[in-house]
Amino acid sequence: MATYSINVNGKNKSVTADDDTPLLWVLRDELNLVGTKFGCGIGQCGACTVHVDGVAVRSCSVPAANLKDVKITTIEGLSNEELHPVQDAWKALDVPQCGYCQAGQIMTATSFLKQNANPNATEIREAMHRNICRCASYNRIEKAVALAAKKMS
Amino acid sequence: MKNKNNITFSRRNFIRTSTLATGGLLVGFNLFNACKDTATPPIDVSKLNFNEFNAFIKIADNGYVTLYSPNPEIGQGVKTSMPMIIAEELDVPWEHVTVEQGNLDTKNFQRQVAGGSQSIRFGWDVLRQTGATTKQMLINAAALKWGVEAATCSASKGIITNAKGETLGYGDVVNEAAKLEIPENVTLKLPKDYTIIGNDAINVDIDKIITGKPLFGLDYKVEGMSYASVARPPAFGQKIGTFDATDAKTVNGVSDVIQFGDKIAVIGKNTWSAMKGKKALKIDWINDNKLESTEDHHNELNKILNSKKLNVRRDDGNVDKAFASADKIIERIYESPFLPHNCMEPMNFYAHVSDAKVHLVGPIQTPAGTASRVAKLINRDEADIHLEMTRMGGGFGRRLYGDFVMEAAEISNITKLPIKVVFSREDDMAAGIYRPAIKYRIKAALKNGKITGYHLKEAAINSNMYGLIPNFFPAGAIKNYRVESGNYKSDITTGAWRAPYTNFLAFAEQSFFDELADELNTNPVQLRLDLLSNVQDGKDDSIEYSAKRMTDTIKLAAKKSNWGQTDSNTYQGFSAYYSHNTHVAEVVDISLSNGLPIIEKVTVAVDCGIVVNPTGAKNQIEGGVIDGLGHAMYGDFTFKNGKPQDINFNTYRLIRMKETPIVETHFVKNNLSPTGLGEPGLPPAGGALANAIKAATGQLLTKQPFIKNLDRRKTDLNA
Repeated sequence: MATYSINVNGKNKSVTADDDTPLLWVLRDELNLVGTKFGCGIGQCGACTVHVDGVAVRSCSVPAANLKDVKITTIEGLSNEELHPVQDAWKALDVPQCGYCQAGQIMTATSFLKQNANPNATEIREAMHRNICRCASYNRIEKAVALAAKKMS
Repeated sequence: MKNKNNITFSRRNFIRTSTLATGGLLVGFNLFNACKDTATPPIDVSKLNFNEFNAFIKIADNGYVTLYSPNPEIGQGVKTSMPMIIAEELDVPWEHVTVEQGNLDTKNFQRQVAGGSQSIRFGWDVLRQTGATTKQMLINAAALKWGVEAATCSASKGIITNAKGETLGYGDVVNEAAKLEIPENVTLKLPKDYTIIGNDAINVDIDKIITGKPLFGLDYKVEGMSYASVARPPAFGQKIGTFDATDAKTVNGVSDVIQFGDKIAVIGKNTWSAMKGKKALKIDWINDNKLESTEDHHNELNKILNSKKLNVRRDDGNVDKAFASADKIIERIYESPFLPHNCMEPMNFYAHVSDAKVHLVGPIQTPAGTASRVAKLINRDEADIHLEMTRMGGGFGRRLYGDFVMEAAEISNITKLPIKVVFSREDDMAAGIYRPAIKYRIKAALKNGKITGYHLKEAAINSNMYGLIPNFFPAGAIKNYRVESGNYKSDITTGAWRAPYTNFLAFAEQSFFDELADELNTNPVQLRLDLLSNVQDGKDDSIEYSAKRMTDTIKLAAKKSNWGQTDSNTYQGFSAYYSHNTHVAEVVDISLSNGLPIIEKVTVAVDCGIVVNPTGAKNQIEGGVIDGLGHAMYGDFTFKNGKPQDINFNTYRLIRMKETPIVETHFVKNNLSPTGLGEPGLPPAGGALANAIKAATGQLLTKQPFIKNLDRRKTDLNA
């Protein structure tokens, strides 16, 4: 058990947890940031995706104690007053069904669009391939990423 | 045709009103069961009693409307579409409506269930009548205020207008309206006058979903709550022997380890400590029964298919004679594996059993039945159970079963702690209530270029197709028709999985019809249309589908997909199926690449009557179709000595983005009462894909998943 500080959504947070506790459970159980979802625990479904220094990371598979000198962004910190263009696109196209995986989808999409501002359809499908949506809202996720890219360019 | 969608509206479902202490009007009504004569709505919304009424509308002084609806939301969209129906008849701007999930203090409820795609179908009349009656009361109150005849007033968009052009808002008259008699025989709008129904309304929870607000069961928290991770027998047929919890108790944060039945719960101060503690348990499991493997299931199901003592479910004409005099008999066996549901939100539930009450919170499709089972399990009065529903991260049938609620209640009853049981993905997949493995043997008798006999046998694990299914197509279309079924009782737990039975039966039959079309040298679409032309709607009351609606749906799908007119690299497969009161036809377009089918596009035609919320409706069809394709293609779940062989997504394959086609949905336009869409899009998908693969390669696929059975050599040769 150790106490350490991590930077989440622009704020330094003190955490007391076992060294092997995944970031996912520190966010959800210790910091009350439950927007990041638990899906599989082995980095296969993408429901727990957050940004570490702007890059999409599976929070279930990385211990929080290893993340002391980086900036972590969760779905709660993605936007403030105004929605992020990716969130806007998700709303405009009424993407979610059950909605559970969508925070992870949005975090994957925002990180991807930062690296590739003008993606083609194949690149979008490739980038989103590792996030599972059990309701299969895939058509709309694909369209929403394309719409957000268009809005952001 | 007998109109199956015409559900009699009972006046006893009706409304009672009261004036709220805080101002405004509260209307109580029952969606699916009758009100007691004595029932009255509370004067304080915090005291809503869902025993008396199961839905409420509040109209505030400012005219804004809140709907409290108890219907569980699992991603099927009823939290948006059901309020739309009320708002339409109440005639308020949709922007002025908010929706609250009603808590359930459950007792004597019927159909407080998300399942069977029935919420909209059953709610349609009650929701419209409630909205229209409330609107009439508001008009009557305004007329009284003005001293004019109510008939000279009208209302639209929350504003009441009289003959002189004076206006009052709904909020201005709510307090008077609550005291008036409830009018009878109100007039409902004609579909042509709808301004909300038939227009896109975005999911009412959209902002919370896209910004990560707490919504789901897993997000629910109470100060001081503990978490439980439960070790269950890893193989079906096992029981607990001895166990050693020494190491588990040394894990940081673990506070207790308790045994209940054949399970052990590790209780921790957070999810991670409970999960880690569980992994540190040393347990000897005892083999109580013969441990079953997939091979055993194959053998048992084959025995049933060969048995002469099956349960006859429907028997028309003279099937034996038809086969005895046939020119040719076609016979085929179709096989499907078990399937786990794999809701993205793993099973979980909060329970706090105290002397005063039993507080339960979480995602459950059957709140009423579950609450009553909890009461029995822990020997409490049903009145002590207070159950709150959260939004659900998927259901697909899995959350019809309250096993995880029982676990939470039992653990809290022993420890008296407020606790949340959280399944890991491995727990979720290994302790499933699976879609049962099923085999079908279908035989057709052909004579003089016609199908003269049809004989279907179902062999399934644990239970068989529900009673309506033998009356689905092709019942009525083939004179000599028999359906029989039998099952094998297994230790493996099984239950409803999105579109129960038809999720695989539709594949079997729709593939079989394609083969028959080849045999009869006719176009697969034409074969269905010819068969449907044998059916006269209304002649046989037991027939579930409408031949006319099915015909129109098939023609729309054929037209929109350019059936039979694609380029030489595209292969098409057709399928059509009626289930859950909705008619659906699908055309799958594929190409071949590196020996594998690439699913390019699915064109879907749907007759669900009036489309309440087009964006939500299309979302359901897109999801259902891709779900159906995904499981037909990849869904594989086997057992070895009672143990599931895949317990996480590293080896259990679900369809992902790159494997998905574009789904294009077209609705048959009519003004018939609406039916549900959560399930009907799924059943036809697998058959349409199999038929497209047959068109491309000549391979007849009879077993799911296809990925395991595709003859790569065939596809390579043709690629």
